[in-house]
Amino acid sequence: MENIAWSAFDVLLIAATLSLAWASLTTEHLRRAVIFFIAFGLLLSLIWLRLKAPDVALAEAAIGAGLTGALLLAAVADHQKPINKKPDQKFSLADFVANTFLNLLFIAFAIVFGAAYTFALNEVNDSRLTDIVFQHLPGTGVTNPVTGVLLDFRAYDTMLELAVLLAAALGVMAIGKTRRDFVKPGDMERGLSQWLIPTLIILSLYLLWAGANAPGGAFQAAALLAAAGVVMRLTGYVDGGLPQGIWLRVLLVSGVGGFLLVSLIMMFAGRIYFDYPESWAGSLILLIESMATISIAATLVVAYLCGQPDTWFGGQQKENKHAD
Amino acid sequence: MINLIALCLILFGLFFFIAGSIGILRLPDIHSRLHALTKADNLGLGFLALGLILLSGDIFIAAKLLLAWLLVIASSAASAQLIAQRARRRERDVWKI
Amino acid sequence: MNTFLSIALMVLIVSFVLGLIRIFLGPSTEDRMMAIQLTGTTAVAMLLLCSVLLNMPASIDVALVLAVLAAVAALALSRQQQTGTSQDD
Repeated sequence: MENIAWSAFDVLLIAATLSLAWASLTTEHLRRAVIFFIAFGLLLSLIWLRLKAPDVALAEAAIGAGLTGALLLAAVADHQKPINKKPDQKFSLADFVANTFLNLLFIAFAIVFGAAYTFALNEVNDSRLTDIVFQHLPGTGVTNPVTGVLLDFRAYDTMLELAVLLAAALGVMAIGKTRRDFVKPGDMERGLSQWLIPTLIILSLYLLWAGANAPGGAFQAAALLAAAGVVMRLTGYVDGGLPQGIWLRVLLVSGVGGFLLVSLIMMFAGRIYFDYPESWAGSLILLIESMATISIAATLVVAYLCGQPDTWFGGQQKENKHAD
Repeated sequence: MINLIALCLILFGLFFFIAGSIGILRLPDIHSRLHALTKADNLGLGFLALGLILLSGDIFIAAKLLLAWLLVIASSAASAQLIAQRARRRERDVWKI
Repeated sequence: MNTFLSIALMVLIVSFVLGLIRIFLGPSTEDRMMAIQLTGTTAVAMLLLCSVLLNMPASIDVALVLAVLAAVAALALSRQQQTGTSQDD
């Protein structure tokens, strides 16, 4: 009986996810597509949890369901015509063939996805990599294997990811035009933000702290902090909680900077540059994670605000005549 | 005995959840559907959380379950107000010529 | 007990799918926003059940995050500027 219930659950979960994905790709109304995408993110985080990956489920819930939804909505709002279809479109054979081909491709993908999901559920006992990770985990000072892999065994990879985020933030700041104002916030929004923003900050700090021994970590905490910044922007604080001028640049660089600092100190102390000494490993990882959290959150809020920030020492940028 | 009480509570919760979902499908207007959403679903979640608290046995997990329910209530209430205000604005604009 | 909880999980996902129908149908944006709220609450309920059923207390953290972000999503959806026509979708 229990197995039947689980199978029904899995079938409905996969069917709902795939239908939401198809709907969000094929609808012409862009705002509707974003709403489908938010629901799709919810379901995806459930799938991750079912596949026993709570860290990824946390990240998907925080980034996919909340933050990406807000970003996409802001992008759609800037779009002039939120309907993606020409008004009178005669029937065209090329369009019909292309549509059929893409739908068949989607069905094929759905079958492959279902097969992969079933395979991942009844996973083969091929856990050689897991055994190696758990064997070396005590030397890292953390007990969550995901944090150990991200910030100790593969720390170089994470540092380069943060560098990619920094490059993205620089790109957004270079070409983004200032976003139009939102509808004026009323009492409801003020009341909501008064308890929502502190709750988001506390949850983010909790996830950062718990990342050492339980599912959590820097990326999830940063996504929650960025959500707090987005809420601030939506309820009338134009800067979204970010400082301006030189401190903004300091915040954006602090993720990669923290990593580089720690690794260079290791190098000058005579070790290989990501080889933390065992007694300090836990604290070093927490330090790097804190700086990474602040920097990723700042990057995400900059991407949401999307305007040309002030110059390094205050004052407006010169008008960019080549924009638009 | 505790298992029996928890079972009853979870059954109540499931009943309210199904009632809320059917209400959202069958009620005629956005404003009436909002009633089904906030009242029925949050009550269902409350009963479910109470049942799970009885089953969990650990005080910290019970506290977290309670916190989850309270957060959902607070955010549901605010979201329902915001959605209703947006619907109001849209209905007002339709009549604007 | 586990059998009962897994049946409860299946009932919840049926309720989730019913909410999905409203997301697909709902004639206005507010109907879809409201259905997102419904699916969010149902997902929180499913996660709370999974924490006891699969013995994964991390699910409650995911549920907390989802609860708070549902409010953020509703705020983002309701605060955006009305562009173009006042007709929705």
